[in-house]
Amino acid sequence: MTLFVTTGRARRLTRTVSSSSRRRAVKGWLYAAPTTIFVVVLFLIPLILVVRMSVSRWPLLSGNQGFNAPDNYTKVIHNRFFADSIVFTLKYTVLATVLLIGLGLGLALLVQESSRWKNLLRASFLVPSALGLASASLLFYVLYSPLAGPLRGLGVSFLGTPNAALYSTTFLIVWRFAGFYMLLMLVGLQGIPGDVYEAARVDGASRWQTFRRITLPLLRPTLALTTILCVTGSLLAFEQFYILTKGGPDNSTITVVQLIYIVAFQGQNDLGVAAALSVIVLVALVLINILQLRAFRTDER
Amino acid sequence: MRFVLRTPYWIFTGGLAIIFLFPLVWTAVSSVSPHAGTSQSSGWGFGNYATLSSYQAGIWRYLANSTFVSLTTVVLTLLISLLGGYAFARFSFPGKNLLFLTTLAILMVPYATLLIPLYVLLNQLGLQNSLFGVALVLTMFQLPFATFMMRISFEAIPREFDEAAMVDGCSTWTALWRVLLPAVKPGLITVGLFAFLAAWNDFMAPLILINDSNKLTLPLAVSNLRVQVQGVVDYGATEAGVVVLALPCLVLFLLLQRHYVRGFMSGAFKG
Repeated sequence: MTLFVTTGRARRLTRTVSSSSRRRAVKGWLYAAPTTIFVVVLFLIPLILVVRMSVSRWPLLSGNQGFNAPDNYTKVIHNRFFADSIVFTLKYTVLATVLLIGLGLGLALLVQESSRWKNLLRASFLVPSALGLASASLLFYVLYSPLAGPLRGLGVSFLGTPNAALYSTTFLIVWRFAGFYMLLMLVGLQGIPGDVYEAARVDGASRWQTFRRITLPLLRPTLALTTILCVTGSLLAFEQFYILTKGGPDNSTITVVQLIYIVAFQGQNDLGVAAALSVIVLVALVLINILQLRAFRTDER
Repeated sequence: MRFVLRTPYWIFTGGLAIIFLFPLVWTAVSSVSPHAGTSQSSGWGFGNYATLSSYQAGIWRYLANSTFVSLTTVVLTLLISLLGGYAFARFSFPGKNLLFLTTLAILMVPYATLLIPLYVLLNQLGLQNSLFGVALVLTMFQLPFATFMMRISFEAIPREFDEAAMVDGCSTWTALWRVLLPAVKPGLITVGLFAFLAAWNDFMAPLILINDSNKLTLPLAVSNLRVQVQGVVDYGATEAGVVVLALPCLVLFLLLQRHYVRGFMSGAFKG
């Protein structure tokens, strides 16, 4: 009972405490204000706008022409590249993810311990990561060229057939990103305590057993993070195909994001349909990421 | 004997390193070596760079555009994430967690999904075709990483640090600039490096938001260069363009490798 009896002095104290904490809250808000402005104006409002655009007739030049749902969505589904671009994007995603996660882990294991030579190797694997994706794509555009490339004497067409274009672009991506994934794997490997390996060695585990039974399970959080990163990045691929293959040959390498760009700015000039496709991509991406998180979590049990 | 047994290992790892380094070295060398059909048709020299410098508005213009976008993005990102990280680490205010999570949610949304409405929105704000508009957009895309990085940088500093400064009569503002700023400097370098690399190399935002050929950034200009003369690609000038694009990134990367790696450490441990 006495707990609830407050003297005048105590009440005054609570009031000053709460008013000073309110003052601190106001200051906190002020420091966070620039972040808030950017997030609201350049993220939340566009997010709402894209949904609104997706249910409106919205040509590139004349702007909003009013509500027309679900026309834009039916137009997306009936777009002649819609199904093909999804299939191609998924194919590319699987290929790029398997290669990058595998190679990233392999390279990380190769250069894990520190020595002069291994530091040198690590640096050389990492150097391509400093390049922009557009620069790397331009670089390989010349490298693959039948006129100027260093391999022109071989008579191999790197971008001439649909499969060759897919593999050549994947090689470029692996070259550009393998070091990046190696770095993430190295960070994960560092998190595995050394005495676990020590115990395995004492128990006489072989190298393969140690890898299967210790490294892989303990690396699970890193593998989850890198897989999600790689899948997301590959599903949203744009620059590499825009620069290297321009969607060709025979429109065989159009990715979903490229299709958004084509619908919005090349030919059709229909921002409404592009917005509808953007919303579909956003929803699909969120679903895929939820599924991946689930998969990595249920496996753990 | 041991050396002989290790020979396959040396060949294998050395070969791998060459695969990663060769494309860069080859491009740099062939940008100055003679090649028919380029501006450097005989003898070694900088003919390709000369072509590049006189292309359309001139390479200097595009370099200036790219520099403006990159520096504006770096400055804005540093300022906003410094203040934001301070707010998230040291203050409690209503809506704090919601704001932080919303900032991180930017990572979940595809680039293209935001660029389509941003194209319309920037037009309405009078920022159509504006390099400053591009910098604003690129800053927004940097905020998830930058805010996260600065928040953990501030959280790593013991609270006694700023409390002592407050007792000495500093306001939260002067404590930030005098006492805390030096302590979060490594975090700022990492954030600035990532912002620069992202802005310098960004392709899609200026591709969609800029349509005046005088306002192109360097990656776009070099990419357009390829279709210069009636579908005949000037490979030499493209090589020179790639070298100009890559050089600042490689230099920064080699100088600040430690900070680059730290960016991943923080992300992978806490993310």
